[in-house]
Amino acid sequence: MTKTVFWGVLAAAGVAAGMVSANTLDDVKARGELICGTNTGLVGFAAPDANGRYEGFDVAWCRAVAAAIFGDPEKIEFKPLTTTNRFTALAAGEVDLVVRNTTWTFTRDVDLKLDFVGVNYYDGQGFMVPKELGVTSARELDGATVCIQKGTTTELNLSDFFRANNISYEPVPIETNAEAQQQYLAGACDVYTTDASGLAATRASFEAPGDHIILPEIVSKEPLGPLVRHGDSDWADLVRWVHNALLAAEELGVTSANIEELSASTENPEIARLLGTEGNLGEMLGLSADWAKNAIKAEGNYGEIFEKYIGEGTPIGLARGLNAQWTEGGLQYAPPFR
Amino acid sequence: MATVSEPPQGGFRLSQLIYDTRYRSMTIQIVTLIGVLSLIYWLGANVAYNLAALGKPIDFTFLWAPANYDINQMLIKYDSQDSHARAALVGLLNTLLVAVLGCVLATVVGVIVGVLRLSSNWLVARVMTVYVEAFRNVPVLLWIVLAMAILIEALPQPRDFRGDDPAASMLFDAVAFTNRGIYLPEPLFTRSLGEVPFFGIFDISLDLLALLAVLAAGMLAVRAIGRRAERIQNATGDRPTTWYLSLGVIALPVLVLLALLGFHLGYPELKGFNFAGGIYLRNSFIALWLALSLYTAAFIAEIVRGGIIAISKGQSEAAAALGLRPNRTMRLVILPQALRVIIPPLISQYLNLTKNSSLAIGVGYMDLTGTLMGTSLNLSGRELECVMLTMLIYLAISLVISGVFNLYNQRVKLKER
Repeated sequence: MTKTVFWGVLAAAGVAAGMVSANTLDDVKARGELICGTNTGLVGFAAPDANGRYEGFDVAWCRAVAAAIFGDPEKIEFKPLTTTNRFTALAAGEVDLVVRNTTWTFTRDVDLKLDFVGVNYYDGQGFMVPKELGVTSARELDGATVCIQKGTTTELNLSDFFRANNISYEPVPIETNAEAQQQYLAGACDVYTTDASGLAATRASFEAPGDHIILPEIVSKEPLGPLVRHGDSDWADLVRWVHNALLAAEELGVTSANIEELSASTENPEIARLLGTEGNLGEMLGLSADWAKNAIKAEGNYGEIFEKYIGEGTPIGLARGLNAQWTEGGLQYAPPFR
Repeated sequence: MATVSEPPQGGFRLSQLIYDTRYRSMTIQIVTLIGVLSLIYWLGANVAYNLAALGKPIDFTFLWAPANYDINQMLIKYDSQDSHARAALVGLLNTLLVAVLGCVLATVVGVIVGVLRLSSNWLVARVMTVYVEAFRNVPVLLWIVLAMAILIEALPQPRDFRGDDPAASMLFDAVAFTNRGIYLPEPLFTRSLGEVPFFGIFDISLDLLALLAVLAAGMLAVRAIGRRAERIQNATGDRPTTWYLSLGVIALPVLVLLALLGFHLGYPELKGFNFAGGIYLRNSFIALWLALSLYTAAFIAEIVRGGIIAISKGQSEAAAALGLRPNRTMRLVILPQALRVIIPPLISQYLNLTKNSSLAIGVGYMDLTGTLMGTSLNLSGRELECVMLTMLIYLAISLVISGVFNLYNQRVKLKER
């Protein structure tokens, strides 16, 4: 009898371990926390602070999703991922979503079976060089040694850019941003190339940021955004609409400061639907009515998150540019909540 | 009353499979075999099912798609429009390069250190002990990363060589040590014979082939000279001096060939951002090569020491009695016998070094793990295929190495007749 039970349990455990779960939301709820894949360390986007707590622009998306599900942005576990293992970790179910300045491309979306749910930062690839080299354009980089993160779209763009301009270069493949920083500062490579936002963030952490310039050429489109596994559309919907909620909140003027007041007494029906005082949008996602309110309360709306971590008031100092709301001439545009 | 010797009644019963010692072991083996096979089947079926559910059935066609990325160290021609398969081949050759050079250096250092550890000079023996203990007790990845960090931080940047009063200068105006690697002079031929394609996979330099052919012919001539000296020694008891003959038949034809080909050295020179020309040993290669070699050499030193100690003291005493000097005793009497003890564990060290070379990923050396299992995997998203292929390739390399050395072992081991 005991033996039968033992084998039965073992078999059941094995089958359970072997299944790719089709319902991520149920798994997350049962686990009691969200597992979010993020950067191993890129100041402003995702990096542990002095107390080891992950903070940053990308991290804010993870916390917003956790808050939408549990009403608590702290019910979350972060898994630092490198450029080389991020997709494998997501496909294998080690993480529920990845928010790790990852570029949305056709092959990643279609062939790698990932689902990008939106664009939280419109970026482009740039080049950073020490000022003393006297380089003013990326086209002058013939023969330069270039540090590049392995397995990224930047690696492909770099190859294309140098081919198109018929100039040569020596790639130095590296694994993490920290490693690139070490090699670049020691002069083991002349140029560091990655997304312009990443360059700004990296430069901000240098001792003498003024000694380095970011060249004017932006050689690619790099729409960065959160992504989930292909095959669970409900989960993709949830993450997509948390993202949209952060965008809509900025457009509608909902901030972490006035959200309580607005949810108690708003006349605007779209704000009421967003914050769950009217309609049943939350129920449709399988969440509570105040899901979006919790998500926005976690770190603020899109504009607040931007200003807090990477905006012009921070050492990283990125302008809104393409990432302004569509009403301000930017590209950020949330579909209607109805 | 039944007698004790009465044979048991009835035929075969199922319970005998467990309780009868004649059948029990067979039963256990069959049950275990079935269990193992079904576990393997279950794992395989599960993988296939899950991949199908993800919409990613196993598919190797990505290997023929353009790789789209560049590789810095290439032993054969490659550009970003070549296929993933060719990128994997470039990586494989880089793996083999560092493995072969690593095995050679590790053996040389290991034998020297192993012999010196037995030295009667207290200081030399202790220094070697410290070397062995330091290297074999720290994980090799740390040595690789440390070597890389030292190369990057300690050596000058190429731009330090610039200007009227440069902070750094080249050794003999020929060798440049920079934190991107070492630039050496390269052999060039003004009247080169050109290259021939090898099955369309890569080109072989005819100059190199000609040099190898001349060298091989020289080796054969040296052996003939040696045999002649042997004959004369056996007949007259005097061995003729042959070293100048040997040197002549090896060096002269090579020098003549080099002169015919118009051999000269191409020196590296500062051009733009980097040195141009010359042979460029990247710092990732140097770090990996040195760290792997020195690490493995520590183990080989212990194997060599063990092999020497295993030879009975009587052998060296007998050699001394015959009037052999210590270094000849070592070379002619001790080492040949010690080899029998040394070879088998040495093979496993070579295998270790080859497999450890996959730690190249720590310093960005583009070996097989950097290409096929690194960037190609990442760009194509074919995790399982890339991992299985890489495992197969490493398995094949290891089997070839152990096969070759087992053959060698057959030759040197004690012949029992």
